[in-house]
Amino acid sequence: MSGVRVLVGTRKGAFVLTSDAKRERWDISDPHFAGWEIYHLKGSPAEPNRLYASQSSSWFGQIIQRSDDGGKTWHQPGTPPGEPITAPDGTPKGESNKFVYDTSSETGKPLTTHQWYDGTAHPWEFKRVWHLEPSLTDPDTVYAGVEDAALFRSTDGGKSWHELPGLRGHGSGDKWAPGAGGMCLHTILLDPSNQGRMFIAISSAGAFRTDDGGKTWRPINRGLHSLYIPDPTAEIGHCVHRIAMHPSRPGVLFMQKHWDVMRSDDAGDSWHEISGNLPTDFGFPIEVHAHEPDTIYVVPIKSDSEHFPPDGKLRVYRSRTGGNEWEALTKGLPQSDCYVNVLRDAMAVDSLDKCGVYFGTTGGQVYGSADGGDSWAPIVRDLPAVVSVEVQTLP
Amino acid sequence: MMIRVTLPAHLRKLAQVDGEMKLDVEGQVTQRSVLDALEARYPMLRGTIRDHVTQKRRAFVRFFACEQDLSHESPDKPLPEAVATGAEPFMVVGAIAGG
Repeated sequence: MSGVRVLVGTRKGAFVLTSDAKRERWDISDPHFAGWEIYHLKGSPAEPNRLYASQSSSWFGQIIQRSDDGGKTWHQPGTPPGEPITAPDGTPKGESNKFVYDTSSETGKPLTTHQWYDGTAHPWEFKRVWHLEPSLTDPDTVYAGVEDAALFRSTDGGKSWHELPGLRGHGSGDKWAPGAGGMCLHTILLDPSNQGRMFIAISSAGAFRTDDGGKTWRPINRGLHSLYIPDPTAEIGHCVHRIAMHPSRPGVLFMQKHWDVMRSDDAGDSWHEISGNLPTDFGFPIEVHAHEPDTIYVVPIKSDSEHFPPDGKLRVYRSRTGGNEWEALTKGLPQSDCYVNVLRDAMAVDSLDKCGVYFGTTGGQVYGSADGGDSWAPIVRDLPAVVSVEVQTLP
Repeated sequence: MMIRVTLPAHLRKLAQVDGEMKLDVEGQVTQRSVLDALEARYPMLRGTIRDHVTQKRRAFVRFFACEQDLSHESPDKPLPEAVATGAEPFMVVGAIAGG
């Protein structure tokens, strides 16, 4: 019988929530990596029991964890304890938590600084992995979006990581600047119809696209309008919070920006606003229905200074028209005294019929809807603050 | 030289060890030689105590021994004799934080 596995990253560990296809009764795992910040965990589309997790702390830095049994057990890919740390030919074995920016001359433009808050040049410093995106076809290939913003790839199951330096080196990298949350690469979208095409987004530099597998990149921010930068229509500098696509229509992108919900019908070459009748167009996550490419979900947040829902009412907004016309989804969600936030990576959908929609809050609740958002129920109420939610639909 | 090392709980869990560890350190016993030996035996700790590239101590990690804070000492300065002989442990400590 089919079912779903919801992967939840929190400020104090990871949790795996499982249910059958009815999505009424849930099993909540004990915490994995208790006490560590889990910015993201995600399963391989090619091998659902292969999961990757980003485990980090301000004390001990970045750890990559991998599970090959659907989250029951985890290990750091690389050298197990007691084994030699070099291969027979003397080369170092994998070091799964080693993320070193590429400064080789082959990349053309090794980049050493970006803009700091005060406008001065600041050295690139690795801080953590925000997002892990497994390949659509190869369980051993996975991309990592990191802070300070860069894109890394592993092709050996997370044992070793190498930067795709063409992104930072494409020309505007020295002008990128961090937002309040840091300069993070938080969104990675792989085009299922075009192996060479990938979209990424950086706060607060904007969105970028490659059409050649990550060798070369260009900004795709035309049409964005951001009043918090000196030139509101600049090529870079936009605080993109999240981008989503439907796999059947990868040229259509939906974006939740710092302000404004946007849509592109030409793979990011141009954008237009679809905020329509939303009560506020600020928010973090955006997601697309599994079976209806024009049905999208956002969670409006009052402002960039308060970061909680308007009027103390937690409402998911759904558009069935690809934007502009939005309806509030409230059934089962708290409609008074609710002051939580929903972060950018904390919403996901399953592909069951009917489509399930899930999101987690900074108050530690994970809500699920088994009917495309018409009604909601808490799966669990008292986790640590939720940073990310991903869903696997299991056969 | 067999020396004793203690780690904070999160690092003990990563290294899959319980309690105090014993490490065989060749040559002069310094912060660097102790951490080199530690990371060689427990490679999963690489990058967690000192940065992969710069080899500098991570900001929220401290080194104590013999009731002294050795965090700001040169990594190549010999550690106290009591650490080198195994009489006292070399303590890797996570800085405390409230909240």
